[in-house]
Formats: sequence, C-alpha cells, structure tokens
Amino acid sequence: MDSRLDARKVAAAVGRGLVRRRELSIFVVCVAAAVYFAITGSGFTTTENYHTIAQYVAPWIIIAAGEVMLLICGQIDLSAGFVFTLAPFLLTSFTGDGLPLLLALVCAVAVSGLVGVVNGLIHTLFNVASFIVTLGMAFFLEGMSLIASNAQPEAAPTGGWVARAFGQAHWAELIWALVIVAAMQILLSTTRFGVNTQAVGSNPVGAAEAGIRINRIKIVNFALCSALAGFGGILDGIRVGSFDPTNGGNETMFLAVASAVIGGTALMGGSGTIIGALLGALLLGIVYDGFNLTGVNANAFDVVLGIAIIAAMLLNVYLGMLRRKADR
Amino acid sequence: MTAQEESETARQTPEPPAVIRAEHISKRFGAVEALKDVNLHVRRGEILGLIGDNGAGKSTLIKTLTGFHQPDRGRLLFDGTPTVLRSVVHARSLGIDTVFQDLAMINDLPVYLNLFLNRELTHGPLPFLRRSEMRRRAREALDSIGISIPSVDTEVGRLSGGQRQAIAVARSVYADSTRLLLLDEPLAAMGAKEGGQILRLLRRLKERRDIAIILIAHNYAQIVDICDRVNLLQHGEITLDRPTGETSVSELLELVHAEYSVD
Repeated sequence: MDSRLDARKVAAAVGRGLVRRRELSIFVVCVAAAVYFAITGSGFTTTENYHTIAQYVAPWIIIAAGEVMLLICGQIDLSAGFVFTLAPFLLTSFTGDGLPLLLALVCAVAVSGLVGVVNGLIHTLFNVASFIVTLGMAFFLEGMSLIASNAQPEAAPTGGWVARAFGQAHWAELIWALVIVAAMQILLSTTRFGVNTQAVGSNPVGAAEAGIRINRIKIVNFALCSALAGFGGILDGIRVGSFDPTNGGNETMFLAVASAVIGGTALMGGSGTIIGALLGALLLGIVYDGFNLTGVNANAFDVVLGIAIIAAMLLNVYLGMLRRKADR
Repeated sequence: MTAQEESETARQTPEPPAVIRAEHISKRFGAVEALKDVNLHVRRGEILGLIGDNGAGKSTLIKTLTGFHQPDRGRLLFDGTPTVLRSVVHARSLGIDTVFQDLAMINDLPVYLNLFLNRELTHGPLPFLRRSEMRRRAREALDSIGISIPSVDTEVGRLSGGQRQAIAVARSVYADSTRLLLLDEPLAAMGAKEGGQILRLLRRLKERRDIAIILIAHNYAQIVDICDRVNLLQHGEITLDRPTGETSVSELLELVHAEYSVD
C-alpha cells in the first residue's frame, strides 16, 4: 500500500518536473534515443563512438551557447557559422605575422568578437533586424574566408601544449564545450547581466524604462556569440588538423540554432537555457551518429531534424499550456 | 504669476519645499509639440493629480520628470536645485521612481526579480545575484501591502492585471530611497477591490509625509478622493492648478470636455 503510494508520488513528481523543466524532457528523449541505438546498432556503446558523437556535437554546442543568449534577448546571429569558418584563417594570418600560437588564438577570437560588435552596432544604431544584418554578414564572411584561404585548406598548427590544449588532445574540444556551457549558464542564471538579457528579450520597452541599457546588452551578446563561434572554429580546425574554408558555414549555424530551439529556447526571446541547448545538440548528435551506425541514409537525418525541430516547438507550446494550467 | 515670483512665495510660506519643480518645460517630437510651457510642482507629503485627455502630453511629462526624455527648453529643480536628469538610472539614484502605464513588467521573470529589476542585489562588487535575499525582501514588501500572490517565484506573465499593477507599485514604493513617485494610470487595469488596495496604499504613503506623489488617472472621483491638488494638462500646457477641496468631479469633467462641446 505504502510503496504503491510512494510510486505514485514519485511518478507525479517526475511528471511535474517534466512539465516545469523543459531540459528534463529533452534529457529523457536523449536517453531514449541512446538506448534505442545501443540496442539496434552495433558499436554504439563504445568509447570510440562516444568520441565520434563528441566531435559532431562540440561545434554545435559552442555556437549554440552564444546563440541561446542572443535568442533570449530577442536576436539571432546567422553569421556565426561563417565566423566559425573564418576564425582559423585569422589565426594563421596572425601566426604568419610571427605571433606565438596562444597570442594569435586570443587575437583571432578577439577579431571574431569584433564581428559581433559590428553586427550589434548595425542592429542597434540603424534599427535593422538582426536577421538581415547577420544574413548580410554571413555572405560577407563566407567570401572573406574564401579570399583569405585562396579557397584551399591549410594545415593546422600541431605539437606544443597550446595546440594540444586547444583541440588536438583527445576530448579537448568537448571539454571546452562543456566548460563554455557551464560558464555561459552561470552567466545567464546567476548574474545581473543574465537577468537583464532575459528582460531585454521579454519586454524591451519595459527593460529600457527600468533603466537597463538594452543596446549594450544586445551588443555584448552579439560579441559573445561571435567570439564563441570563432573559438569553436579554431578548436575544430586544430582537432581535424586542417583549416578548411568549406568547414562550418550555414549548416553548422543552423544545427546550433536547432539545438537551442530543441533545448527549449524561445525564438521570440525571454526564455531559454544553455544546458537545454547542450541536450538539444546531444540529441541531434546521437540521432546523426545512430543513423550512420544503423546504415540509415544520411539524407534521412535532415528529415528527422526537420521533424524534431517542429516537434520540439510544439512540445514547448504544449508544456507552456500545461504549466499555466498547473499554476491555476 | 511668474515662476520666480511663485518660487519666492514658496520660500516665504512654511509649507514643505517642492521635491520637484518643472519650469517652462517644452518637448517636441518632430512636428509634434508634446509639451509647450509646463510649470508644475509637488511637495513632500503631497499627492498631485494630473489629468488631461489622451494626447495632452501626460506621458511625455512623466517621462521628462523621470529622466527618460530630456526637455528641449525649461528646467527642473529637484529639492530646489536645478538638476538635469541624464537618464532613468540617474533619476532613480536621486529617488525619483515611476510606475509606467505599460507596467515595465518582464513577463518571463519571476515576481521577485521584477521587484528588483535593474537593481538586483548582488554579492558586493561581484555581479552574482543574491536570490534568496531578494525572495525574502519581495515577500516582505508584498505582505506589507497585503497583495496576495501564490509565490514570489511565479512568472509575472501568469498573474492577473491587478496583481501585476500591485507589483509595479510595490516595486516603486519599496525602492530604497524613493522621494518622488510617479504613477501613470495605476488603477486602469484593476477591479474595484484591488484598486481600493492601491488607493489605501497611496494614502498610507502620504501619511508618512516623506514622499511626494504624482498620480495620473482618468477616474476623477479617485483623483478628488485621494489627491491634495489637481493639475489639468491640455495641449501641452497646465491650464488648471487647484486644491481638490476647491473643485469637484463635475467641474473637472466639464473642463476636460469643454473644448469638444458640440454647442
């Protein structure tokens, strides 16, 4: 009798948790997908395969960490994928000028951040929708990447602790991704800046009336997103061992945005979490990898991705309704 | 009477000095002259009612008195000292606070973070939030007004219009050193019971005698009921300044509507 009551209590608590914390529902779906592929595909539960998944998801996670902040403050960055592409070539131009690798890396990330500042300034000064500003910036950066690289891949720096720490070492890229998620989640949920970012996206007029400097908040978030995308591009290039002007781009950016949305971030601004985006990316990575292992045509991945994004949005709307009911 | 004479008479009388005094304020937006030549003052412990038709410039005036807009001409005296309000943050630092018409509520944030919006408590110089302390103080503030809200963790977007308004008022009142409180249509979204609570709250604030209040409302009965003095704003100018004891609801209605009379 008692145990049955307890089970019911636990089930109710889990149900409430699923409704209240969107991340939890994505986590459950992740586990379900992993269990499915572990049973049906051979070689899913090997360290090597986990490493493969980590390689898929790390760039998405790193870019998504910035995109979530931007989406929360009501903006989007469509150029982040090409900052990811361009940053390694910025790095080689700095090392070509004789800078040591670590300093060149810092400079390349700083220049990436400046791209975000430009995006943010154009958006705030001229009141152009960030969708348009960053769309233009995406094409601009794609062209710049091809010019800077002569449309040829370049060898990435190897050897030395810097190259090892920033991508070459096993798991280095994923560890950086997790560190970034932790840092950005702390920024979002425990600092004034995070709360203000939410306020700007939820009610820009109200935030301004309360004295929040909304333009500054937006520009900082644009800069963060671009800097993270640039850093992610460099890590990924060093891991692969080659800087490729066809790496990254729109696909990487859209997968990052998809990760954020599947993870519960509202495209209209006001709410979302970095950890949700991490889980969203993980789900996409597991499915992508699982399809490869089980021999499903890679093209089917896009079909699933499309369905997953729409399903995630519908789930968000539905959970929102449930939560409102639960409060009454 | 010129502004100078007026301020001289104010010095001679034993009444408390004006917390804020606007002198010949004008403000233009492109072709629209929102404020022409506004003179207005409010004293400590006084509730000033500001009435006027839609488009008369009430919201522009409020936003000028709170640092959101800078006037094109004229000056503001805060505690008798000419003061340029550089921003809302600057005005707030002087103790000027506002409940805006659109409430400036952040629907996606919980009640307690709305109460501390842009003045969140942090750990000293570190930017990290003191959430439990903010929750506790928010609970206290709301209890002391008698506003019932299920939890300070509830997102504001899920509350009723009246509850949101009450939180907006509580936010302004419990800001540490509010000296001048401006309320833009605080009772518009409220039922009679919740509206009564807010009016009682304003009366209690008045009794403290350390805070000046400017209240914008369309309900003239409430103005006459609670305000000490009423100012009528028409076409960007104050056309009437009278103690509420010397006027009535019907006279105010007549004055506001006279210009649209069909006769």
